[in-house]
Amino acid sequence: MYTQDVYFWRAGAIATVVFMCVVLAALTIDTLRQISPGGARVPSYDVINSAVTYQYDTSRGEYLPKIGGEELIFGHRYTEDEASTLIAKGKLVIQSRACIDCHTFFGNGGYYAPDLTRAWMDPVWAISPGPKRAERLAKFLTNPLRLGARPMPNLKIRRDEAEAVVAYLKWLSSVDSNGFPDRFGAPGAN
Amino acid sequence: MYRAQRLGLKYLAASTVIFGAMIIFGLLASIYYVRPGFLLNTFNFSTAKIVHINGLVIWLLMGFIGAIYWFLPQEFEREVVGIGLAEVLFWVLCASVAVVIAVFIFVQYGAANEWSMWFINQGRKYVEAPRWAAIVISVTAGVFAYNVIATCVAARKATGVVTVLIADLVPLVVLYLDAFPEISNMSQDLFWWWWLVHLWVEATWEVLIGCIMAWTLMHLVGASRRVVESWLYVEVALVLGTGILGLGHHYFWIGTPRYWFAIGGFFSALEPLPLLGMIVHAVYDAGERHLQAANRPAFYWTLAEAFGNFLGGGVWGFMMTLPQINLYSHGTQWTASHGHFAFWGAYGCGVISVLYLAIAQSRGNQRLDGAAWKWSFAMLNVGMVGMTGALLVAGIDQAFYERAIGGSTWNAYLSMQGRPWFNESMWARLLFGLMFACGFAVLAYDLITIPKRQQADAVEEATAAAGS
Repeated sequence: MYTQDVYFWRAGAIATVVFMCVVLAALTIDTLRQISPGGARVPSYDVINSAVTYQYDTSRGEYLPKIGGEELIFGHRYTEDEASTLIAKGKLVIQSRACIDCHTFFGNGGYYAPDLTRAWMDPVWAISPGPKRAERLAKFLTNPLRLGARPMPNLKIRRDEAEAVVAYLKWLSSVDSNGFPDRFGAPGAN
Repeated sequence: MYRAQRLGLKYLAASTVIFGAMIIFGLLASIYYVRPGFLLNTFNFSTAKIVHINGLVIWLLMGFIGAIYWFLPQEFEREVVGIGLAEVLFWVLCASVAVVIAVFIFVQYGAANEWSMWFINQGRKYVEAPRWAAIVISVTAGVFAYNVIATCVAARKATGVVTVLIADLVPLVVLYLDAFPEISNMSQDLFWWWWLVHLWVEATWEVLIGCIMAWTLMHLVGASRRVVESWLYVEVALVLGTGILGLGHHYFWIGTPRYWFAIGGFFSALEPLPLLGMIVHAVYDAGERHLQAANRPAFYWTLAEAFGNFLGGGVWGFMMTLPQINLYSHGTQWTASHGHFAFWGAYGCGVISVLYLAIAQSRGNQRLDGAAWKWSFAMLNVGMVGMTGALLVAGIDQAFYERAIGGSTWNAYLSMQGRPWFNESMWARLLFGLMFACGFAVLAYDLITIPKRQQADAVEEATAAAGS
């Protein structure tokens, strides 16, 4: 009987795996196209020159980042190349200090400290409008104060490194992450 | 005994030592939750976590490699090709692991430059090891794959288990190359990072442990090769058939398109199927043998692997895999609960099973029964179930109060950490973690004293025989 034939099951396994790999490859090509900077879902790095907010989108039924008019950080308008260099530096700071082993990005990471996906627009920094928010964040990174029950260590982040991280967090907050996190900073939320 | 088997025992011993180290750093990491500010600026939570999770990857990987070096020469009835090189690399790998752990502990982090990436910490979860160490791991994995393939070629024979193993080793080695990139775009970085983490853990590692458990069942209970190999192919079809596109459940929120909701949700909901098949078989086998086998520790750990894989990987994963639930559960202690249970059930129990099997075989299949293994079995499993239960309660609390009600802001997160249910869960996790650590201590005692106990048994038997 064919079900007792090992080769029958082997052929089934090979066919299944090959089919799934082909589908994954096709989806990967499309996904990478959409999540490249400047693609359909990930704004280009010079978005750091614009206001970014998080609003409920009735057509999609979820919260989405909205890109507004000009809102500079650290009093500087970055060209596309400058922004790209600054974002690369911000990512290197984030990796060198292993931020992801305490915090989470898009929910991935250490679970020991707040998620950083929308940290740029967090109400905790919103006491000041746009330009001052960047300054407050940079100061916090270079000299972390105790916020609530979970103190952040001083990771010896230099001023220039902190500015790169702030730029990175602003760009990160502009990525369309399908409504994650839900109701972030919404009226009535904590 | 073949040289490869001696090397396999060394790998299994080293993996047990690293298992112990990762438990110590896991316990340390759990203290930060109940004592905020613990060792602040001296030894931060992130460092304890890095050693804990990298220790996890290395102890399991070394356990798998040790198991395969143990079984492979028996499969082909010949020495493994290139064993000399593999022996050298074992010591290189051990030295590298020691240096990396020392750097993590004493240097911790560096400035934002390439030096830090190459020599201190790459800062990507699970693959924090600096690039030079990642190269050592890649070379070791490459030589290991060469050992298996070249031995198969030299023996002019390819059994079903070895065919699957070879097909699995190729993606295992290739996917690890994803440990090196430094991509600015977090969406793309996480997209590729999940290829490594998910396609290792929920695909290639599942197949690898499937091969190891296939050999274990043949050696432990004399299972028929035809039946085991047929099941292995079915498992490959189901694990990879659901697991490859099950990758999509990690692509809900990282900036990737919405079609991953349907693809990831559907295929990851099917991921428990192969694990369910395993458990049905395990229950059938256990019942047929009335829970008896010559090597009871190995047999019980094999059963624990089937149950743990199904519960930790299957049920716990299914609970939070649909996007409508995952929106709130993702990135909370709920995820940590699933991670602990799944790694333990799917892989940890399997490695311990092989450990007992290899020790028994290396000592002429003497019986390993006694009280110590039962205590360690009970404490390790109850400790793990307790930890995952506590983390689940904390995670559900977070999903409701911090995520759904609080809106995931910093304030919502920080006030959540002070809630009684959350804190009580963290204390419970620490206490069950201590139980787990005690279970490991008894396991280590049992493994270390087996030769001494067997000598004493032999003397007793000889005395009794002389007396009669």
